[in-house]
Amino acid sequence: MEKTVAPAAMVKFGTTQRKDAWWAAPTATVAVLTLFVIYSMVRAFENNYYIAGPYLSPFYSPLLLFDWWPLSPAFLILWAPAGFRFTCYYYRKAYYRAYAAHPFACAVGEPHRDYQGETKLFLFQNLHRFFLYAAVVVLFFLWHDVIKAFSFGGHFGMGFGTLVLLVNTVLLSGYTFSCHSFRHFVGGNVDCFSCAKAGRVRFKLWKGVSSINEHHMLWAWTSLFAVMAADLYVRLVACGAIHDLRIF
Amino acid sequence: MPDVTFKVFRGDAKGGQAIDYPVPIAPGMVVLDALHYIQGYLAPDLAVRWNCKAAKCGSCSAEVNGKPALMCKTRLDSLPTGRPITVYPMKTFPVIKDLVCDVSWNYDVNKKIPPYRPAKDGRKIYQEDVDRVQEFRKCIECFLCQDVCHVLREHEKKAEFAGPRFFVRLAGLEMHPNDITDRSEFLKNSSGLGLCNITKCCTEVCPEEIHITDNAIIPLKERVADRFFDPLRWVFAKIFGRK
Amino acid sequence: MNYETHEHDVLVIGAGGAGLRAAVEVSAKGLSVGVVSKSLLGKAHTVMAEGGIAAAMANVDAKDSWQTHFSDTMKGGKFLNNWRMAQLHAQESPDRIRELEDWGALFDRTPDGEILQRAFGGHTYKRLCHVGDRTGLEMIRTLQDKGVHSGIDVYMELTIFRLLKDGGKIAGAIGYWRKTGEFVVFKTKAIVLATGGGGKAYQITSNSWECTGDGHALAYEAGAELIDMEFFQFHPTGMVWPPGVKGLLVTEGVRGEGGLLTNNKKERFMQRYDPKMMELSTRDMVARSIYTEVKEGRGSPHGGVFLDISHLAAERVKKKLPSMYHQFKELADVDITREPMEVGPTAHYMMGGVRVDAETGASTIPGLFACGEVTGGMHGANRLGGNSLSDLVVFGRRAGMGAAEYARKLNSFPLLDQGELEKAAKDMETPFQRSGDENPYQIHRELQESMQSLVGIFRMEEDLKKGINKIEELKHRAAKLAVKGERTYNPGWHLVGDLKSLLTVSEAVANAALTRKESRGAHSRIDYPNMDEKFGKLNVVVSRKNGEMNISTSPVPEMPEELKRLLAENK
Repeated sequence: MEKTVAPAAMVKFGTTQRKDAWWAAPTATVAVLTLFVIYSMVRAFENNYYIAGPYLSPFYSPLLLFDWWPLSPAFLILWAPAGFRFTCYYYRKAYYRAYAAHPFACAVGEPHRDYQGETKLFLFQNLHRFFLYAAVVVLFFLWHDVIKAFSFGGHFGMGFGTLVLLVNTVLLSGYTFSCHSFRHFVGGNVDCFSCAKAGRVRFKLWKGVSSINEHHMLWAWTSLFAVMAADLYVRLVACGAIHDLRIF
Repeated sequence: MPDVTFKVFRGDAKGGQAIDYPVPIAPGMVVLDALHYIQGYLAPDLAVRWNCKAAKCGSCSAEVNGKPALMCKTRLDSLPTGRPITVYPMKTFPVIKDLVCDVSWNYDVNKKIPPYRPAKDGRKIYQEDVDRVQEFRKCIECFLCQDVCHVLREHEKKAEFAGPRFFVRLAGLEMHPNDITDRSEFLKNSSGLGLCNITKCCTEVCPEEIHITDNAIIPLKERVADRFFDPLRWVFAKIFGRK
Repeated sequence: MNYETHEHDVLVIGAGGAGLRAAVEVSAKGLSVGVVSKSLLGKAHTVMAEGGIAAAMANVDAKDSWQTHFSDTMKGGKFLNNWRMAQLHAQESPDRIRELEDWGALFDRTPDGEILQRAFGGHTYKRLCHVGDRTGLEMIRTLQDKGVHSGIDVYMELTIFRLLKDGGKIAGAIGYWRKTGEFVVFKTKAIVLATGGGGKAYQITSNSWECTGDGHALAYEAGAELIDMEFFQFHPTGMVWPPGVKGLLVTEGVRGEGGLLTNNKKERFMQRYDPKMMELSTRDMVARSIYTEVKEGRGSPHGGVFLDISHLAAERVKKKLPSMYHQFKELADVDITREPMEVGPTAHYMMGGVRVDAETGASTIPGLFACGEVTGGMHGANRLGGNSLSDLVVFGRRAGMGAAEYARKLNSFPLLDQGELEKAAKDMETPFQRSGDENPYQIHRELQESMQSLVGIFRMEEDLKKGINKIEELKHRAAKLAVKGERTYNPGWHLVGDLKSLLTVSEAVANAALTRKESRGAHSRIDYPNMDEKFGKLNVVVSRKNGEMNISTSPVPEMPEELKRLLAENK
């Protein structure tokens, strides 16, 4: 193959003929993701203020307290959702673009030349499905927490915190079940629905998951904000900065 | 109607430069109309590849204001006014002349794909079996996805990477309800699927709105994972003797 | 001079549906085959075919049969068709479609797992196998991939400008690479022409850049006969706005799915012209009706009529007519699920072309075969929608077989006449040596204007004569064309060659139209508004005699009694 002649000489980072604000979206991604990582680290290390009345912070759920574990219990479970998000097909796009600038934006020059994609070290991204299994288990506990959040000293009730946890868990469920690996699992791996076992059911399932998978990015961001907001709410109530509003 | 300045790349493999052409504009006009005006009245030898002028053949791919696009469906009123409009050839392929590139590499890649092989049982095929694949078969081979893909564009991995267009083709074959060729080795080792980091630029530029990343590439990655990176499946297969 | 030279048992010129199908067939017979494509592989005008491919598979209407398909085709063609072609076509197209499916094509399906078929103008039953509204693309991609893996050699972006003969028979062809402008010579035993039509002779056309009637001109120059050249199909529904896309095809599938035609008085005007078939009347009839409505002041704001599909559910429109939806949304800001489209007639398809043998696609020149739009006879005076795609695969295969058999019988390659070769090359080169102001784009514009206004939907003697004079003038000017720039990818130079073909085609169309003093199918004479039985038995034949265009007539082949009975029964 003959060598490409670059008419526009796009060899340096950021070189492009694009005239729109191509830098805006990845910059925002960097800002928000960085903020989230810092916040969650601080909260995980804090090892305090994660229970407020019937509410348990999603960062600490399920709450695993063992004598032999010297660190915050958050670390015993956070690997699952963190791994799930880190290997998520959407987040991969977001951080490869925003942090690695591979590419920072479409048709914009990249800063460095060494590129291996998802080969070699990055083969671990193939573990996404296993993180999915773990995330589903965690999700099971989060729903359990939501049910508990309706119980105030043995009486059925609802506070603002209940709503916060409910919304968070709904969004997390949306995010988890719109996962590409899940979509593959329920039917994506079938070539011929009409000849496969339980093909019609799998087709319907696959269709359903596909329709929410289309909005996987939206689920990813909203659930990210929700989980942060839920934890923050629990923390603020727990440390007494605010009071939980009882609805009934 | 006022004139708009078009900065059009003129040159060949040895290099070149953008030349300004003033073009009178009319309502509903697209970039390709402007280039035809330039050919017809200002520069008869301006090289442009085009054919149907209806976004069905995928010939008139170029970079308009820095974005890979079909010139026949890029309307002037969708571009910022009051500024010149730049038109360059696709960056990823060698320039032959002006806006025409040598895209023959794509045809070479296509030849290497293990072909369709039908199950010989005259089986019925239902709409639910073809829905997915029909999306991939909308591809008009404009190669804009190949152009924008940074693996080819920035890292020039043409030797080891088939590119989004051919992942779409591979997905169409792999998910074909009546095909029996096994392409998993090819996918993992020869197609360069692992080099794709699913950053979705291909999907963004696709004029046929094929969800290249979500519906073709990621499912292929999952199939490769099924086959090569899933110990659980492997254990299952050992125990139950299934594939 | 030494030129880059390639040798193939069979050379196929044109890489659309017909050319690729022919090449696949030659290759299956174990012969070496080269396919020359004027553009990139897979871009041929076949991709523009939207509505479907006609075949009496009887998946939706169980009553359908090849006999009905045959009758519909003959009726649509006003009985001027070559009956044997129409018969073979009706009988073989279902097999050709199953074959496409075996090669990986995926058509839309019926609920019980068969190929879905839709209604179309002039077809008695639901007969068009389709993939939404991109059937041609499905077909060409299937054939392209089949061809690539069958080991055919494809020469992309190469234009053939002269066929070469050894004595009376085909010996090769000469062309140029668009990329470099260098000449290429092909030595071959047989040639299959599959170059499509010449819609670019008209101003308002649905045709691609490359539809310049090259095959018609090549065959004509080589001494083959062209028939039915006066029949140029104007598709009733092309876009009329915005100006840049005027003529762009709006598939008949819109009407097949239930689209309604109305004028500015909101009348379904087809009531006046064909109350039985209404919107699904034949194309010649619908095109004339629209033209008349506009001319009499009942047209839409941009000089067309309204075509409305918005009474269907939006989801159904998007599912069955996705590219129409996008085409209007993106190019005209019209949402067809909510508002009507504006449409008008557009030059679409040439029924006329190289006279061929129905069984083998052989022309009157030994070694020269043809298939697809470049041939004449199959569709008679008017083609039914959907019969073109089936024509491509039925006769593509037959021409491939015919050429392969012919080539196999030749023991050695015919000899190329060096003098003829040199002359062809020199003719193509001279525009670079000339100087002057004559510009090929200007001549093309003038030709298109004249053909549109003088040799259009409705014709009369005075106009046709004016048109012929104009073509004569343009031919003289074209002979003096000077080209600027280099030989590498120079569209101005390419147009000089294309213009030569277009002028030949235009001259043939205008002269044949002048000769046919009646109105039949796509050919409408204001001065002879009725069908004339005498002309119903004649094909107009165009050929080259002593360097001049010669027009004659020959009798339409006589149908066997059983087919006559069949037609009488299906009346």
